[in-house]
Amino acid sequence: MCLAIPGKIIEIKKNQQATADFNGIEKEINISLVEVKKGDYVIVHAGFAIEKIGKADAESIKSLIK
Amino acid sequence: MSSESENILKKIWQEAVQIGRPLRFMELCGTHSQTIAANGLKSLMPRNIKLIAGPGCPVCVTDQSDVDVMVGLALGGIPIAVYGDAVNVPGNIMSLEQARQKGADVNIVYSVEEAMRLKNSNPGLVFFGLGFETTAPMTAWAVKNGLVVYSAHKIFPPAMAVLMANKKIKVNGFINPGHVSAIIGTEIYKKFKIPQVIAGFEGLDILRAINLLLEQILSGKAEVSNEYTRVVRKNGNAKAQKLIEDVFEIGDAKWRGLGLIKKSGLKIRKKYQKQDAEFIYKDLIKKIKAEIKSKPSACQCGRVLQGMIEPRECPLFGKICTPDNPQGACMVSVEGSCNIEYRYGKK
Repeated sequence: MCLAIPGKIIEIKKNQQATADFNGIEKEINISLVEVKKGDYVIVHAGFAIEKIGKADAESIKSLIK
Repeated sequence: MSSESENILKKIWQEAVQIGRPLRFMELCGTHSQTIAANGLKSLMPRNIKLIAGPGCPVCVTDQSDVDVMVGLALGGIPIAVYGDAVNVPGNIMSLEQARQKGADVNIVYSVEEAMRLKNSNPGLVFFGLGFETTAPMTAWAVKNGLVVYSAHKIFPPAMAVLMANKKIKVNGFINPGHVSAIIGTEIYKKFKIPQVIAGFEGLDILRAINLLLEQILSGKAEVSNEYTRVVRKNGNAKAQKLIEDVFEIGDAKWRGLGLIKKSGLKIRKKYQKQDAEFIYKDLIKKIKAEIKSKPSACQCGRVLQGMIEPRECPLFGKICTPDNPQGACMVSVEGSCNIEYRYGKK
């Protein structure tokens, strides 16, 4: 249940929504739990970004998932 | 296996030999149990290191009585939304899936936002809120935005206190949950005087965590190490903590297998009672609870959840209890110890 995946914020929308890129798949996520801007990386659980992460960390998690 | 994994494994073996005595490490997150099984980590451990699963699967620790209330509401004609992991969890009478097959309106959702959208076409919808600190902030957000919720949410540290107080459970170190810790931070664990490592979810994370636990034991320390620094910060996620604090208050909660744990549950505050299914349907819930009869079962989920026995030591395991016909919650969730053992264990 606590599985979470890293994504990159590609567009901030209204109502605490954003579009995030997950290895080429774009999905709407909720960003009310974090302070983020376009280009930031986040870790996403059940549709919500739960924490901001560094680019290098996001890449290393992604390479492990692949 | 990567060279880093090999190096860490080598260190683990050296340290285990140096320590000599048997050690039991408990992982406290169901996703960790899944990683350990998927990477065959138990078979790579030195003979004196045993990895045991704790009560870290939130679906597994959801009490039968909470499932009974949701089933009762569903059969009473109230539309329900629930995370997919929880729909097959048996209560005393049946699971929500079985209620759905009887015609109840039970909807599986991936997120609370999906539940919010469903609410537009089902105005009376009730969301079954469950999970630890990882999912509680999302439910809190949804309550603030008008979703009606029945909360079976729990907080994790009180369960650790119960495990540590139980003399029958011998644990030499904990692998603490990664995403729960992303929300609550690292400081809260310091009150537990036992070696602990907060770990991420890859095989390498778990190996690093075991190595850090052994290093603590070798140097006679009992502290909280953070292996998952790429996500977990010292103070956790302040925004998420604030949301939880605003919407929920701490109350007692029943855990499947562990029983009632004082101050371990999250109950919706009075100021949000219009969103609280326990308040809205209090008469109906009272009636449902009065009719609950605990079903006697040989299911050993409770002892499995505390690491007191292995799944295979349960007389039902693999016989009448399988993932297709689960008798207890540990066999339902893909993060439940019995389900994992059934899928990955030696046949």
